[in-house]
Amino acid sequence: MTSLHVLATGPLVTVQDRGRLGLAHLGVARGGALDGPAAGLANRLVGNDEDAAVLEVLLGGLELRADAGCWVAVTGAGRPHARAEWLAAGATLQVAAPATGLRSYVAVAGGIAVPAVLGSRSTDTLAWVGPDRVLPGAVLPVGEPAGRPRALDTPRTPTPGPLRVRRGPRADWLSHDAFERLCATSYVVAADSDRIGLRLDGASLPRRREDELPSEGMVLGAVQVPPSGVPIVFLADHPPTGGYPVLAVVEADDLWQCAQLRPGEGVRFTPARSGSSTR
Amino acid sequence: MQLHAVGRSALLAEVADAVEALDLATWARSVGVDAVEVVPAARTVLFDGVGDPAALTARLDGWTPSGARPTGDLVEIPVVYDGPDLAFVAEVWGTDVAGVVARHGEVEYVAAFCGFAPGFSYLSGLPLELAVPRLGSPRPRVAPGSVGLAGAWCGVYPTASPGGWRLLGRTDANLWDPSRDRPALLPPGTRVVFVPR
Repeated sequence: MTSLHVLATGPLVTVQDRGRLGLAHLGVARGGALDGPAAGLANRLVGNDEDAAVLEVLLGGLELRADAGCWVAVTGAGRPHARAEWLAAGATLQVAAPATGLRSYVAVAGGIAVPAVLGSRSTDTLAWVGPDRVLPGAVLPVGEPAGRPRALDTPRTPTPGPLRVRRGPRADWLSHDAFERLCATSYVVAADSDRIGLRLDGASLPRRREDELPSEGMVLGAVQVPPSGVPIVFLADHPPTGGYPVLAVVEADDLWQCAQLRPGEGVRFTPARSGSSTR
Repeated sequence: MQLHAVGRSALLAEVADAVEALDLATWARSVGVDAVEVVPAARTVLFDGVGDPAALTARLDGWTPSGARPTGDLVEIPVVYDGPDLAFVAEVWGTDVAGVVARHGEVEYVAAFCGFAPGFSYLSGLPLELAVPRLGSPRPRVAPGSVGLAGAWCGVYPTASPGGWRLLGRTDANLWDPSRDRPALLPPGTRVVFVPR
């Protein structure tokens, strides 16, 4: 069996697939690749199923060596187009810090074959359910290739833009114009953003009700307004329940952008039109 | 019941309380509604990953609370009552430590919903007049197996974490094990009794 030997990692490397679904009622976060389209492209390029596990690499710094030749593809941050490449036995793959964006995805033909936990190979960074975080010295097993690599892929390149939002279930807990204010404010990505949430800096949204909202189920993309009044967008490792009002929900098709926005970059929200979400 | 849209593929059903939320979630699972996640909470049930929200809305309109007692599995949790907040709880309840152990142990609880951490179940059943306030500032580390109270909820910490619940004691029951068929010992709907030892 082919293995990948991890020689170096940057700030955070995790194994991710499409997430751990159906367990939110047990308090388990979904996890999964934050930039789903990039992870999907990497898998298609090397001939994997869409459920294959990949490596999610925050800000580069990953260096790994294959002990047998294998097809690999690197997508995501700063790489709208990518191609499958043959990594020869003993050769080293380096994922450098990207010039733009944050998260790169490394797919290998056959997928990262660490044991699944509760049906998924995703690492949830909230409660650390799933495979261990990838550290230097790790040896990652690779599965049997399921299909042939594609030298080229012509993805529908997602277009960046304002995050499209729909009004959320607790908009009435905030001032009557909070949704409009959300969509009229320029926010800046805060440095403490992570896989749990995209945290923002910017004008705070006043609350109408000061009482405590009993905990309720949260969705991916929920725009929650904590007591500070500055919204947080819930990403893949968000807690399954929460007690702050949800003002809006980001359209699923736009969540990949939250994976790639750097601290200090601007973010805007815009009302989603009903019907198809394709930009 | 009030229904709120949450984005384009989720619905939040608002009901009277945690008992009704569990009732709705149990019904939804038993009839197999079209949702990837059915998440009961204190006063709501979230249906997420819904293919056809309009169809689910119509189906939920046909639901009425059963009013029946939960009939989930009964799990006995052995407890050593030696927690740091026993004296505080005794004072709030107007009794002594033996009285706290007796009152806590005579209730049959029901796991209403999970949250906070994988396998952390909010157990209902304690009368509201026995509600206790949380700690003013949480402890930095609460050991796994710690049995505590917050408001009228009872809970058992599945893993080590910070926590502000008032601790009564500890159990060696394993609340959370991802390698088990049933990873959570107390999924929603489970009936729970505490047995002193």
